[in-house]
Amino acid sequence: MDFTAPQSGFRQHPNMRLRNSSVDGSDGSQLFEDTSGAGPGSQMGNRNKQAGPQADAFAGQTLLSDPMSNLAMVYGSSLASQGRDLVDRNLDRFIPISKLKYYFAVDTVYVGKKLGLLVFPYMHQNWEVNYQQDTPVAPRFDVNAPDLYIPAMGFITYVLVAGLALGTQNRFSPELLGVQASSAFVWLIMEVLAVLLSLYLVTVNTDLTTIDLLAFSGYKYVGMIVGVVAGLLFGKLAYYLSLLWCCAAIFVFMIRTLRLKLLSEAAAEGRLVRGTRNQLRMYLTMSIAAAQPIVMYWLTYHLVR
Amino acid sequence: MAFTLYTLIQTAILCTNAIAVLHEERFLSKIGWGVEQGVGGFGDDPGVKAQILNLIRSVRTVMRVPLIIVNSGCIVLLLLFG
Repeated sequence: MDFTAPQSGFRQHPNMRLRNSSVDGSDGSQLFEDTSGAGPGSQMGNRNKQAGPQADAFAGQTLLSDPMSNLAMVYGSSLASQGRDLVDRNLDRFIPISKLKYYFAVDTVYVGKKLGLLVFPYMHQNWEVNYQQDTPVAPRFDVNAPDLYIPAMGFITYVLVAGLALGTQNRFSPELLGVQASSAFVWLIMEVLAVLLSLYLVTVNTDLTTIDLLAFSGYKYVGMIVGVVAGLLFGKLAYYLSLLWCCAAIFVFMIRTLRLKLLSEAAAEGRLVRGTRNQLRMYLTMSIAAAQPIVMYWLTYHLVR
Repeated sequence: MAFTLYTLIQTAILCTNAIAVLHEERFLSKIGWGVEQGVGGFGDDPGVKAQILNLIRSVRTVMRVPLIIVNSGCIVLLLLFG
């Protein structure tokens, strides 16, 4: 049949229904394309319009050929798009969605390299984040940039692995998953707040945002998962050894990453710089890095008995 | 240790209350943490003590009214629901 559907995606319908809907289809699709304008809205309208004559062929209803209900559907779709705009605008005020999108712009190569870096950071030479006209480059293009994908996935995997570990000790119940999740989340929030407070007290001029700190604090979940899985598979000795390795790796990773952001230029290059302020900054970097292994041990020791 | 988000909120309210009840004349000045000791030299290095004093003073100024509201709400809720 020489039927030219306005949206080519709907050619999957069998030919019999296309014959029925060809007359109404063009009218309905023109109506929706004019008013709603956005892709999903007109596709939804199109699908409804083509489903209508199908119901027409099947059940003999004349619901959608009535002009009044056409008008009602158009009005409803425009209301829906208005509501969506309102929600988008208001949500953007509380949670900066556009900034969050930057942290999730990752790809498989980046995730692989970053995971390798988190477990073995000793060979990596260049820890600087590349900039592109004052904005940091997306994580996809720079392995040193912080992201939120690995921390988010690590958190969820940690909760699941904790449930698994508790199950092997016959201590599992579904509420415990929620308890573990909220407990780990609260520790994360407290750690980020403590780091923010100490950054404020030491008056460091840095471009580390809160989300950056959240990302750095979330990187320890990778080490925790490795330790707990090793403990589940091979016993307590494997747990302690792998946790020790991952703690050392995270310590070195944090120091090398934070050194460039927190310390002054001279101190970051390794030259000895005197002065209480630089000393305070050095202590701050060390304590942030040292807090990671402590929390890693605290959150996992009760899982491997 | 089973922390929940509720304990986090409780901790935040308790800590803010604790900072808000530090009286300026009767206590802070007596231990050398008054307002006049906060503003040190005009260099670009305020120092940790000046930052802490600044933080205490701003918490007391900004959070006074919201804390009244939040505390009243907490009292009512705890009376009703235990």
